[in-house]
This record gives sequence, C-alpha cells and structure tokens, in this order.
Amino acid sequence: MRGAFFTVESNRALAPGVFELVLAGDCSAVQRPGQFVNVAVPGLFLRRPISICDWTAGSMTLLVRTVGRGTAWLEKVVRGEKLDVLLPLGNGFDISAVPDGGTAILAGGGIGIAPLYALAKALLASGRRCVAALGFRCASDVFYADEFAAIGCEVAIATEDGSRGQRGYVTDVVSAYCTHGRRGTEYLFACGPEPMLKALAANGWTSSTQFSLETRMGCGFGACMGCTTETTHGPARICHEGPVFRVEDLKW
Amino acid sequence: MVALSVNLAGVKLKNPVVPASGTFGFGREFSELYDLNVLGAISVKGITREPRIGNPLPRIAETPSGMLNAVGLENRGIDAVLSEELPWLRAHFDGPIIANVGGFSPEEYASNCERLAASAAVSILEVNISCPNVHCGGRNFGSSPESATAITKAVRGVTGKPVFMKLSPNVADIAEVARACEGEGADGLCLINTLVGMRIDIARRKPVLANVTGGLSGPAILPVALRMVWAAYEAVKIPIIGCGGVASAEDAIEMMMAGATAVEVGAANLIDPMASRRIAESLPALCERLGIADIAGIVGAAHDFQRTK
Repeated sequence: MRGAFFTVESNRALAPGVFELVLAGDCSAVQRPGQFVNVAVPGLFLRRPISICDWTAGSMTLLVRTVGRGTAWLEKVVRGEKLDVLLPLGNGFDISAVPDGGTAILAGGGIGIAPLYALAKALLASGRRCVAALGFRCASDVFYADEFAAIGCEVAIATEDGSRGQRGYVTDVVSAYCTHGRRGTEYLFACGPEPMLKALAANGWTSSTQFSLETRMGCGFGACMGCTTETTHGPARICHEGPVFRVEDLKW
Repeated sequence: MVALSVNLAGVKLKNPVVPASGTFGFGREFSELYDLNVLGAISVKGITREPRIGNPLPRIAETPSGMLNAVGLENRGIDAVLSEELPWLRAHFDGPIIANVGGFSPEEYASNCERLAASAAVSILEVNISCPNVHCGGRNFGSSPESATAITKAVRGVTGKPVFMKLSPNVADIAEVARACEGEGADGLCLINTLVGMRIDIARRKPVLANVTGGLSGPAILPVALRMVWAAYEAVKIPIIGCGGVASAEDAIEMMMAGATAVEVGAANLIDPMASRRIAESLPALCERLGIADIAGIVGAAHDFQRTK
C-alpha cells in the first residue's frame, strides 16, 4: 500500500448516475484484478473505497455509481484535478483457480461489474473463456457491455424490466447459461449486492466460486477492524483479507 | 536542537506521539509504510481474555469531521496477543509498548493486566474502562467514579508496572473520575475515549450502525478532549496521555499545553496512514517556531495564564 496523487485524465458519464474516471499515476503496485483504491474527498472525513476496473503501469480506470456526497463530488471532477489515493488495497481475484482452458462466468450486478473488466482481460490473456453476465435495472442503465464484448467476452445481459437482454436478474442469466449442460467445468466470479451473491450461492454455486464483497469501511487497509466478517478460517477483514473470498470460506 | 522526550510515570518516550489503541492494530499494516521507531510509544489494539469478533456490520459511519465506530473490541484474545502479536511488535519497535486492556469484570481486568504486565514487551498498561460499544449489564466501568475505583483497585495490586486508566468522556464530571483513579493508585490517566453518538439512514429510516450507537472520534472531538484533559490536569498530579481528534503537530502541542504529557493519535491514522509519523516529524520545526526548547516543559503551560493575568 502507498499513498499517491493521481491526475484526472477523463470523466465520462456511462449511464444515469454511473461514470468512468481515468486517472494518471503510478499503478506499478497493483497486482491483481479485484483490488481497490481508497480515495480522499475534500471536506469528508473517510475515504471512499472504489474497485479498480482496469489499470496499466501509468493509469487506472474506476467505474463509480453516485450514491452519496463522496461519489457526488467524484462525479464532478474534471481533467487535471488531483485525487489523493491509497493503493493497492485488498487481495483481488485468484485466476489460477480456474482450470486451464476452462470457462469463467463473471457475474456483475450494477456497479459490481467494475472489477470484473480487468479480471476478464487477465483470464482471456491466460487462455480461459469468459462469459460476462451483467445485470441492470433497465436498458438505459446498461454500461460497459460493449467494452466486455470488445475484449473477447461472450456477453449476456439481464434487465429487471426486460428492456434489454433477458428479463430478470443476473442470477437468471447465470442459471440459463448453466442449464445448457456446461455446468461442472465453469468457474464463477461475482461482484454485486449481497442478495445477488447469496442468490448465486443458493443456486448451487457452493464451490468453484469467488465473491467480491462490498461494505462500509473505515480505513480500507486493515487497521480499524471496521469491516470484519466471519469466515470458516476465523475473522477476516473484508478490506484486507478480502474483498474477494472463496464461497466456501464465507459463513452465509 | 529541540528536546522531544517525555516521561510517563518513569517510562521514557523519545517523543510524545503515540498511535492510539484501536487505530493502529499491532502496527503490522503501518510497518509496511514506515519505520515504527519514529514513534514515541505504541498503544496496541484493546485486549480481552477471549477472542472477540465484535459487533455486526455495519460498524463504521461517517460524521462531520469524524467517524463513529462500533467495532466492539474485536481482538484475537490475550493468548494470541502474548504469543504472536507482542513478540512481532517487539521485533519491529524498540520503544515502549502500551498494552490496552479490556475486560468484563474486575477479575478479568486484573487477570489480563497481570498476564500482560508479566510480558517483558509491555511497558505500560492502559486500562480501558470506557469502551462505549460493549455492554456489561448496561454500563461501562468508566461511567462512574465508583466503578472506575473498583477496576483501578483490582488492577493496581497485580503489577508494579505503570497503570494508566483510560477514561470515558461520557460522564458528568471527568475530574471526579480522574481523582477516584488517582486515589486508588493509578500511575496515570489516558483521556478521552470516544463519545457516544449515532446516525440515521434517512432512506431506510433506521440507524446506520447495526449496534445503533457508536463512539465518535476524529477532529470533531478535539475541543472536547482538550477541555477534559484541562479539567483532569487541574484535578490530579499523575501524568495524562491526551487523546481525541489530534491530526497535526499543532493539535499535539495544544493537547500538551492543556495538560497532556504524551499525545495519542487515533482516527487520523485511519484516513492518512502516515499521520502519526508526520506529526512526530513535524514537532521539531513547530517547536522551534514556537520557541520551545524542551517539549516536556510545555505540559500544562496554558494553565499558567490564570496566574499571570
């Protein structure tokens, strides 16, 4: 972990209340997809933890949904502004768990799709197949579907109102995909609201699965014990031992 | 050359800056960023007899100029602290280690203090009778002079090492609690712990914290901490570790002038992991600017205004 100032390269709207920030700065310490950064917001006490969507040695992309005052401030940053960032934080996804030549299903609910993008790139680069199962409320909320397709992912979309893709939830897309007789060799990565992750676990994803959890955090680097959850290996800090956990490690 | 060392009941600190318990773990995360030896002492995460997972999530909430926590004394328990955490910290930090001790009964406090004091790694016991997030029959021991007296009495006899009582600000008269602890032989005081507060999620119409209430820390509480250190300094002769909202070297000097011999840095560590080092390293230049040759000489200095006006 280190603290650094990053410069805003671009800030573009992706969907209502969702935007993409590209930040320039030293990302050499980022190791794995699924790690996150903690961004200071002027005038607010706590930093805002945001997952890394993609990165290179000299820049990173963050996808952000505006939910409160901190993200509302971030939504308005412009090119050239400096952000005070702690990075990299958390463990990230373990792609070595996917069998060679196997298929990975990447299930993202809403803004939870963000860390799956760099994950998809890493999986594809290592020769695995990737299916991105992305869930939104409606067609106008859809973002990053084209980006996933452009890097070589098969993309399956669910919307709650059926205005694009399959009607229903991301869990329905995953289930539909797996009823095609392919189940048994796939590996699931998922990030999204806790009810979505719990539904996936209830649908039989009780192994070969990694979930990235989201929670309110204090420090984001393991000092305050503000985000500890119980696992089969004992207490784990979501920010430090997580945010990615194997499903069998979670006590749900 | 500014003299920065201070003395806490016979324990010498090379400077007065101490990361506060519960904001620094056992230093592991911070040791990856800087050499812990720039610090005057380290107050470790609160220790109880049994391992504790703490309260349900969410247990952190933001506030104006601060934060609420309702962690609830999560820790690995005294056995793991003695066998793993303290040896690790001893190997990475040469200065005094302050063991922050929790408990749920006078007997547990006494037994925890006895075992921790027996560790060569521990220089000072900081007895936490003020955690707002765990409940012992609805009270915490720092909330009245009588219960503070009972815990001080229980732990005083078990060790010759300095015992500092960590006091709650959630009391009517901090001076009365301070005097009660001094009267039972406490070697020093640490104040303040967090102030009880809460927040409500207006969309969900319910408290943000699963525990409903939590402890407020951060710059929001600095003036409250200063006022209480001030009052305790007037009430007792034993040394005081000032704690609450310190985020800069200026804040640390302010706390010392109110009456603190050493200063704990708490929530600042969580938003800026370099905060404690930054404060320690900023002190010499600040002291020179203020004409302070020996920092120990400014403890309680602001009280002199009453005599000179």
